[in-house]
Amino acid sequence: MARAVTPKRKAINTAVAWGIGLLIFFPIMWILVLSFKTEADAIKTPWEVLSAPWTTENYGIVQERSDYGKHFFNSVIIAVGSTVLGLLIAIPAAWSMAFVPSKRTKDILLWMLSTKMLPAVGVLYPMYLMFIQLGLLDTRVGLVLVLMLINLPIIVWMLYTYFREIPGEILEAARMDGASLKSEILYVLTPMAIPGIASTMLLNVILAWNEAFWTLNLTAAKAAPLTAFIASYSSPEGLFYAKLSAASTMAIAPILIMGWFSQKQLVRGLTFGAVK
Amino acid sequence: MATQHSRSAARMMMAPAVILLLGWMLIPLSMTLFFSFKKFLPLRGDSLENGLDWVGFDNYVRFVSSSSFWPSVWTTLTIVGGVLVITVMLGILLAILLDQPMWGQGVVRILVIAPFFVMPTVSALVWKNLFMDSVNGFFAHVFRAFGAQPIEFLSQASMPSLIAIVSWQWLPFATLILLTAIQSLDSEQLEAAEMDGAPVLSRFFYIVLPHLARAITIVILIQTIFLLSIFAEIFVTTGGAFGTKTLTYLIFQRVLESQNVGLGSAGGVYAIILANIVAIFLMRIVGKNLDA
Repeated sequence: MARAVTPKRKAINTAVAWGIGLLIFFPIMWILVLSFKTEADAIKTPWEVLSAPWTTENYGIVQERSDYGKHFFNSVIIAVGSTVLGLLIAIPAAWSMAFVPSKRTKDILLWMLSTKMLPAVGVLYPMYLMFIQLGLLDTRVGLVLVLMLINLPIIVWMLYTYFREIPGEILEAARMDGASLKSEILYVLTPMAIPGIASTMLLNVILAWNEAFWTLNLTAAKAAPLTAFIASYSSPEGLFYAKLSAASTMAIAPILIMGWFSQKQLVRGLTFGAVK
Repeated sequence: MATQHSRSAARMMMAPAVILLLGWMLIPLSMTLFFSFKKFLPLRGDSLENGLDWVGFDNYVRFVSSSSFWPSVWTTLTIVGGVLVITVMLGILLAILLDQPMWGQGVVRILVIAPFFVMPTVSALVWKNLFMDSVNGFFAHVFRAFGAQPIEFLSQASMPSLIAIVSWQWLPFATLILLTAIQSLDSEQLEAAEMDGAPVLSRFFYIVLPHLARAITIVILIQTIFLLSIFAEIFVTTGGAFGTKTLTYLIFQRVLESQNVGLGSAGGVYAIILANIVAIFLMRIVGKNLDA
């Protein structure tokens, strides 16, 4: 909603907004700066840090010490796997809630969302036991399943709000033309729902990528994703500013870049379609 | 109108999601309930195979009578409440600011939403070490530059520091949702009010704020869900020390650190009750607000 304003007012807005934006972004920028400094320089005062020479040695050391590639690969499998599996289960559910609603639809939706409020820690030990029994401990399959389940309510909810915006008449027209339920979903609904599915997918990849309770407690070495990779830098003896910064940059860069590129879809997804 | 056939088909399509979530909720939950009535100390040789002793409500009584219980409930609510107040208030101000005409709006938006993509473990580690460390941290350097004695943020001001870290992570989310809502506000209404001589504050309280009510509800609902179970930030920064032990963290310690599964499970049941009280309260508001 562009209102006409004087150039002076616009200049002030710009200055204030950029100032606050840079302030909020500053910690991330500082991580990036420190990651390219030597350990000795990284703990100096900020102005000394800035004038110190730049180096890329930290990235090499971090890679050598904790095998970034393996953790990155695990993160990708877990985040994408759980999201895709979640979508496969959620799409039919959300479809039926949006187009064949019953009196209980709203209750079911709220109940689903309420399962997300159950504190994970309350069921940690039972989950741990079950994982041992089923041989799922420290496996990517196990994490894909758990993260799918914890994000399923959000996926269903988001898809539901998107699907509800699709005009029902189009589906009825397809039905009149003799389209079966399957082809209705495949050829009519899916193409219209792609944008909604895409933003749901993006948001859930991010949530799964950053999930740090189950991924830390149910993995050891083999299936450990980037959350565990970075947690290994929290022990005092392993703590070095420059290396911590390099490891942090490597852990957050993929999702940060993905998030920036898909900003538009994401903003829509984030609002759960409930805010227009 | 949907036919009988499509109705039952719809049920079928909903079934996998409902059954999975029901199982996900009930199976671990009933196991937790079961353990909470048992003496279960794995390190002292208790195991499922040997059978567990029934201890009635002992675990429940012990968990509540522990001196850490009520403080942990209070800490949990303080963190959730504190972060909500900060993110909603700053989020509204930021959203209004970002809605103003300016140069480079897209870039500013990218800068503002960035913290949302940062893993909680990374953000906690970075804030703790690179910024809040009392010797080499960024703030310590700044304090010294002004001749002040750097403080040990995470022990001397543990709760404010923790709330600040978590707020930094969640401010982008609040801002984005509120910004989206503000952009849909009819500007003519605001201009009319301005022409009628309504001062800035009344324009805000009578036009902007009511328009944002729904968006604020969403922000509060989603954030509460995630904040109630906050874990990584505490695990990495204070490890539950200095009065930052939330209910989640207390249970984590009982189960994993003292290896008392029975006691921890009883705690889990309390946490579930607390979450449900908050949930019922929230669902009332949201259910009503979402119908519109």
